Amino acid sequence: MAIRSFLILFILFFFSSLNPILSLYEDQVGLVDWHQQYLGKVKQAVFHTHKTGRKRVVVSTEENVVALLDLRQGEIFWRHVLGSNDVIDGIDIALGKYVITLSSGGSILRAWNLPDGQMVWESSLRGPKHSKSLLLVPTNLKIEKDNIVIIFSNGRLNAVSCIDGEVLWEKDFEGESLEVQQVIQPPGSNLIYVVGFASSSLFEMYQINALNGELLKHESAAFSGGFLGEVSPVFSETVVALDSTGLILLTVSFQNGISFQQTPISNLVKDSFGPAKIIPSSVTGIFAIKMNAVTIVIRVTDENKLEVVEKTNHETSISDALPVSEGQQAFALVQRAGPEIHLRVKLAHNWDDNLLKESVKMDQHRGLVHKIYINNYIRTDKSYGFRALIVMEDHSLLLLQQGEIVWSREDGLASIIDVTTSELPVERDGVSVAKVEHNLFEWLKGHMLKLKGTLMLASPQDIAAIQSMRLKNSEKSKMTRDHNGFRKLLIVLTRAGKLFALHTGDGHIVWSYLLQSLQKSKVCQHPIGLNLYKWQVPHHHAMDENPSVLVIGKCGPSSDAPGALSFVDTYTGKELSSLSLVHSVAQVIPLPYTDSTEQRLHLLIDADKHAHLYPKTPEAISIFERELSNIYWYSVEDDNGIIKGHALRGKCTGEVADEVCFDTRELWSIVFPSESEKIIATVTRKLNEVVHTQAKVIADQEVMYKYISRNLLFVATVALKGSGEIGSVTPEESWLVAYLIDTVTGRILHRVTHHGSQGPVHAVFSENWVVYHYFNLKAHRYEMSVIEIYDQSRADNKDVWKLVLGKHNLTSPISLYSRPDVITKSQSYFFTHSVKTIAVTSTTKGITSKQLLIGTIGDQVLALDKRFLDPRRTVNPTQAEKEEGIIPLTDSLPIIPQSYVTHALRVEGLRGIITVPAKLESTTLVFAHGVDLFFTQLAPSRTYDSLTDDFNYALLLITIVALVAAISLTWTLSERKELQENWR
Amino acid sequence: MAAVTPLLLLLLLSSAPSFSSGSRNAYNINGRVKIPQGLGTKGYALPGRMSNVKVLLNGGQNITFLRPDGYFSFHNIPAGTHLIEVSAIGYFFSPVRVDVSARNPGKVQAALTENRKGLSELVLEPLREEQYYEIREPFSIMSLLKSPMGLMVGFMLAVAFLMPKLVENMDPEEMRRAQEEMRSQGVPSLSSLLPGGARN
Repeated sequence: MAIRSFLILFILFFFSSLNPILSLYEDQVGLVDWHQQYLGKVKQAVFHTHKTGRKRVVVSTEENVVALLDLRQGEIFWRHVLGSNDVIDGIDIALGKYVITLSSGGSILRAWNLPDGQMVWESSLRGPKHSKSLLLVPTNLKIEKDNIVIIFSNGRLNAVSCIDGEVLWEKDFEGESLEVQQVIQPPGSNLIYVVGFASSSLFEMYQINALNGELLKHESAAFSGGFLGEVSPVFSETVVALDSTGLILLTVSFQNGISFQQTPISNLVKDSFGPAKIIPSSVTGIFAIKMNAVTIVIRVTDENKLEVVEKTNHETSISDALPVSEGQQAFALVQRAGPEIHLRVKLAHNWDDNLLKESVKMDQHRGLVHKIYINNYIRTDKSYGFRALIVMEDHSLLLLQQGEIVWSREDGLASIIDVTTSELPVERDGVSVAKVEHNLFEWLKGHMLKLKGTLMLASPQDIAAIQSMRLKNSEKSKMTRDHNGFRKLLIVLTRAGKLFALHTGDGHIVWSYLLQSLQKSKVCQHPIGLNLYKWQVPHHHAMDENPSVLVIGKCGPSSDAPGALSFVDTYTGKELSSLSLVHSVAQVIPLPYTDSTEQRLHLLIDADKHAHLYPKTPEAISIFERELSNIYWYSVEDDNGIIKGHALRGKCTGEVADEVCFDTRELWSIVFPSESEKIIATVTRKLNEVVHTQAKVIADQEVMYKYISRNLLFVATVALKGSGEIGSVTPEESWLVAYLIDTVTGRILHRVTHHGSQGPVHAVFSENWVVYHYFNLKAHRYEMSVIEIYDQSRADNKDVWKLVLGKHNLTSPISLYSRPDVITKSQSYFFTHSVKTIAVTSTTKGITSKQLLIGTIGDQVLALDKRFLDPRRTVNPTQAEKEEGIIPLTDSLPIIPQSYVTHALRVEGLRGIITVPAKLESTTLVFAHGVDLFFTQLAPSRTYDSLTDDFNYALLLITIVALVAAISLTWTLSERKELQENWR
Repeated sequence: MAAVTPLLLLLLLSSAPSFSSGSRNAYNINGRVKIPQGLGTKGYALPGRMSNVKVLLNGGQNITFLRPDGYFSFHNIPAGTHLIEVSAIGYFFSPVRVDVSARNPGKVQAALTENRKGLSELVLEPLREEQYYEIREPFSIMSLLKSPMGLMVGFMLAVAFLMPKLVENMDPEEMRRAQEEMRSQGVPSLSSLLPGGARN
């Protein structure tokens, strides 16, 4: 009895001594996690290199980032991600120390301190109507020692003080249909020209005194041909425009009254290719037009004569003008030709000579050059040198100097569309890249350091040495599969249509591939990447094959745009094949069947509700036809508030005579009343989720059976009024309804209404539960609710006798057509933060308990134990319930800072969280992406199946030694004692 | 300091009659984020560095940043009840419910949603600091002893040194019997050493 109680005490001690460490120690940062910062595709760049100090560049991007970069290495000094509806219209540098940003359609102007990124001032600009937003920072224009910024936005011209953002004067342009195109400041003067079109055939010019906003002159002239598109300023009092047909170039001079000069494009180039488009440039006397794929650079002479100086079939980018020595402007042209890009820098008034001509070798998978920004520096021999910042088709940013790429940034990774994973090759003889420790001395030294570390005797230098040793561990970035399944490839598809493979160990890019099927071409003007699927995951029959992924894209944003497929090998990063589809892609259903080469069958549903099977092989068709009657899917039409269930009918009939085309039929539909309910969220379980057991043993030895079905759909609807933003409705006129729908039969299994609540709803579905996050207007707080669904039809299987006599129904087939006997349990809790996305951890066998991964509005990822969202929580749990692990009920969910997966980092612009099981059951891999990327390993129930890195081997050794010593000591003691006994 | 001020400038009214009516009742929300000195001296969130603090309205509908003195403002906000959140690494801020009243311009009503505390002016202070890392406990004998290995050693030592003490206090008569039994059984077992086991 004593022994038993002692053992219990011992075990209790054993468990209590393991601290519940779900979080990190500060020195563990970077061991299993990595964080990468990106910007997105640069849309404007301004250099700051005047002073002798650091050379820097300010950029604004399509991901709404404004950042200051180091020109030497391309590192980020500081960065701000503006809100998604606060799109940046323009940036510039004022006073040499402030970065000015104009955003939100020209209504917010901010100044940031250049060295540290602190916001200095912010002003709100308003105006009478929507218009183009233009930002102009005039040089040498001062009002009482104060530099000004000129902004044209929302139909109003504002002059804003650089020092405090105060509006000095404003001038409205009220003309009903006036569309201001350009605001021009002739260098060195106090005048501003505002030019634009009114009622499509009137050219208007306003001359304004920049010091007080006084209107000096207003002229307008009609041009019967009308205008098209943009204007390009060529001189300070001359602009170039196109007539409404796009065939005639107009040189508009407004120095002394407005005069038009027409030049048909066909006069300039013999073979004209239809309507042209002006590419605006700020270079004096030079502009470019584009017709189809042909770019024509045109020079304007002093007499407003036009002259073609270059005509090329290559995609050409022209930089803005860069003032070099007095009155002279330089600009750059860049073109791609095969494996190289050609960069030319010229003076504006001298086309024939090049200041600089360079060819730079460029990776084919960066595509064309989209933008170029140039900057000059003075070489040691007092001549001018130029550096060019270029933005490529894959959204990467590169700095070129002296014919070389100084640095490059893969900023395409800031806009990830979809992520999947792939295994690495199996380690074979000869492919091992493991490094053996150099010699015994090094090895010993390393271990001595580690021992010092564990005994807390290490000096700061030693600690730094240990830290770098741990981080440099070559084991984690090896290119082969590991035993625990921690090393994988993350395959990501970016908005630029580029596929990247990132290594999970340290996040380096293993390969990248610019998909031709997702590039702009003559056939397809606006290709869009949609999804990534695992196409081939060889494991049993096809071990020699490489795994591959399927990339699905479509041509244009409309729903009936034709689709495009490509298949990419994930080991080599080469495209295996690509297909341009004749049908559209509305929905993709990966089927749970594979063919003999382990290619997964995919069903593509087009806009006309035909189903197309891929791969198009006879084998795949025969597999598919066998399972034809077991395939169901649903579609959601959120505009009409309809959810429909579908099944297959048979081979296509009619004009589409294709072996792999199948007709579909509608099985059921649920129509939500459009005046009271609007669908705002639908969520299903992940297809590859593994559930360990259906049974759940609860406190008093009872068993509950989870209702586990792959065909459950969670739908959230809100009242039409409540579909707007927070603050736009009162609690009385808003409600939120949550449904659980069976997608095979269309049966509504559960429905619950939350009165006084509204969206946005973020939900996650796993096993037999769904958790959703919404806003409670009455309490004015966010809430999270959980619904768990249990199968009652199996509840009477608990009787042992029934099991013995075989009277149970465990082996009876499950059909969704039989009326399910289910019960649901639910509970709601307050949650502090707004949420951007929710995910749930997934493990290989589904044994490990689950954690919710909540992407908060602060761009952090919080891990929250599912036990906090258990509908069986009560205020005072019984002893039995406590033993089961039920936490006493609280009204809000706890936010424990240590359980932030992202610790002290932010995943700026967070959009999605993906979890992938490792081979080790306790561990799951988490990848969060937005503008930044973050990866880590997570063990929701701690690593119970393997020793952690900080397992104390020293202590184990000491213990063994101590035990051996104790045994020998007691042995000798007892020997001696026995001898004494015998002598006595 | 906090004030909800109407945006309607007289000038705007007179000069822009075509101004859309939706913007007519647009207001500004001005407030201040104050991080007390002394907090945040533990590393990551540098004291006084406010440039990485974001203020979010209604779950990210509007995002603004702090001026050097901690002031922030949201422009063009319609009347209604709004939610302001502050995102700052290293600090926990409660979301704030802000009522912008159309009838009573200039009046601010704000309350922390976490503890329903009303605010007389819109000055937001962190409720607490957030420590993202576990703190390593310094090496100590106790932690060594409390670990499973330490317990094992302790148990062994206890058996080795305390058991003979227990045996010593036994009746010599019983002791001899036990020893005889032991010899007869050959293999000494743990149960026979115990007083309870020795009795039979």
